[in-house]
Amino acid sequence: MKILVAVKRVVDYNVKVRVKSDNSGVDIANVKMSMNPFDEIAVEEAVRLKEAGVATEVVVVTAGVTQCQETLRTALAIGADRAILVETDADLQPLAVAKILKALSEKEAAQIIILGKQAIDDDSNQTGQMLASLLDIPQATFASKVVVADGKATVTREVDGGLETIALTLPAVITTDLRLNEPRYVTLPNIMKAKKKPLDIIKPEELGVDIAPRLKTLKVEEPPKRTAGVMVADVAALVEKLKNEAKVI
Amino acid sequence: MAALVIAEHDNQSLKAATLNAVAAALQCSPEVDILVAGSGADVAAGAAVQIAGVRKVIQIDAPALADQLAEPLAAQILSIANGYSHILAPATANGKNVMPRVAAKLDVAQLSDVTKVVSADTFERPIYAGNAIATVQSADPVKVITVRTTGFDPVAATGGSAAVEKQAAADSAGKSAFVGRELTKSDRPELTAAKIIVSGGRGLGSGEKYQELVVPLADKLGAALGASRAAVDAGYVPNDYQVGQTGKIVAPQLYVAVGISGAIQHLAGMKDSKVIVAINKDPEAPIFSVADYGLVADLFTSVPELTKALS
Repeated sequence: MKILVAVKRVVDYNVKVRVKSDNSGVDIANVKMSMNPFDEIAVEEAVRLKEAGVATEVVVVTAGVTQCQETLRTALAIGADRAILVETDADLQPLAVAKILKALSEKEAAQIIILGKQAIDDDSNQTGQMLASLLDIPQATFASKVVVADGKATVTREVDGGLETIALTLPAVITTDLRLNEPRYVTLPNIMKAKKKPLDIIKPEELGVDIAPRLKTLKVEEPPKRTAGVMVADVAALVEKLKNEAKVI
Repeated sequence: MAALVIAEHDNQSLKAATLNAVAAALQCSPEVDILVAGSGADVAAGAAVQIAGVRKVIQIDAPALADQLAEPLAAQILSIANGYSHILAPATANGKNVMPRVAAKLDVAQLSDVTKVVSADTFERPIYAGNAIATVQSADPVKVITVRTTGFDPVAATGGSAAVEKQAAADSAGKSAFVGRELTKSDRPELTAAKIIVSGGRGLGSGEKYQELVVPLADKLGAALGASRAAVDAGYVPNDYQVGQTGKIVAPQLYVAVGISGAIQHLAGMKDSKVIVAINKDPEAPIFSVADYGLVADLFTSVPELTKALS
């Protein structure tokens, strides 16, 4: 079966972003960009399913600017077989991405579509669910374990209070949580090999989907700063402060 | 137009997060209805009618809804969505799971983790792990929203007198099935609702030390237990203890961080706490930049000392 994996190029998770002084957004010029950490887990899981003989082909896709090719190359170096970039400069919101992915999933006839549970830039946590909804297929979000057998995926999910296991009839959408796996490091020979793997570039118009943004960002601000705290000398001083100054215990 | 709140419940009890979502809904519209979709959820529906400010409670009961699976639940929400300008759910694992499915079917954008209602079509929400706050406006006819519970004071759980309206369940395809559930047993206050949280990090070194140091301190304070991602990944505690961008978002009266460095992803989950206390031996740890009270000390001696001092 074929697995489709969606990845996103985002500001590296180690970067502390700054809000632009005109409050129009976050300054991402000259900032290190990387693959969204949850998407790395998604690619890793797909490649493991292929190595286990469950999947025959892993296709990695993304939508965005030309530089997203680097993100796709990283996924190819992890072990994906080929890549598709839906190239656009437009502001893509989750609903638009879900529509793009729907078109690609149908075209590729993928049996499993794996995404990260959320992107660390917009923190939306929507695209996977929206895609499953548009395709009218079941979903397993926040996956920490995936077993695929006999046309079914049995997925353990991280929910409030513990874990939950559900079974899905394929095709299905799975979104990854942090503990699903530990993505492998890409090695230099694999990076070299990845350069030779096919990477198709298409335009959103070719897919015939409406990608107009639905939400308008009016402004982006710094969160309120916390007032500077004090350092206390010892435990006794700490208890005294908590009891008499903060009055929280 | 009216707002619809999707109740968070386990059929038996209504979860407190529902009250925060109702508070947000009342800022969008004076007419707020609650949907209790479940199986044998009479008790949860009975609790929902008492919530202050609620107009009516719609109860949909069907075996397929017993486990809050996204597919049947989304189908029920869509079956009654007509006539509502706002559909809200708390941003819990369930809310995050089902709401984008509803939004996509309605062909509208979703507003995730809303922390403030500016007006009926404009909302504030954190982005980049809480390092920026975006004000966004939706032009869609229906606003589908998940509510960050720590952003809204809960409405009163009693004092309301709504009527229950039972409705028949809509058809829902059975392409997913519930297999089982493993919940972490705990007599402590729920992490997201606790007044005091004691959280441990990698500095503890082992799960035994977490039990030995963090648990007694939490007992003394009547606190919930939390942890950083590092402590969860190292296997010290179960993953539902995790506080952070990818775990639970909390805002207690007092948050005590023990052996936690304060990575961006952790801060995103707790920096709205009223008072933050950090105990760490590294004076350069970023946690001290958000702490109201910082103690640079070896946690292996200072935490037992603190527990003792509170006796």
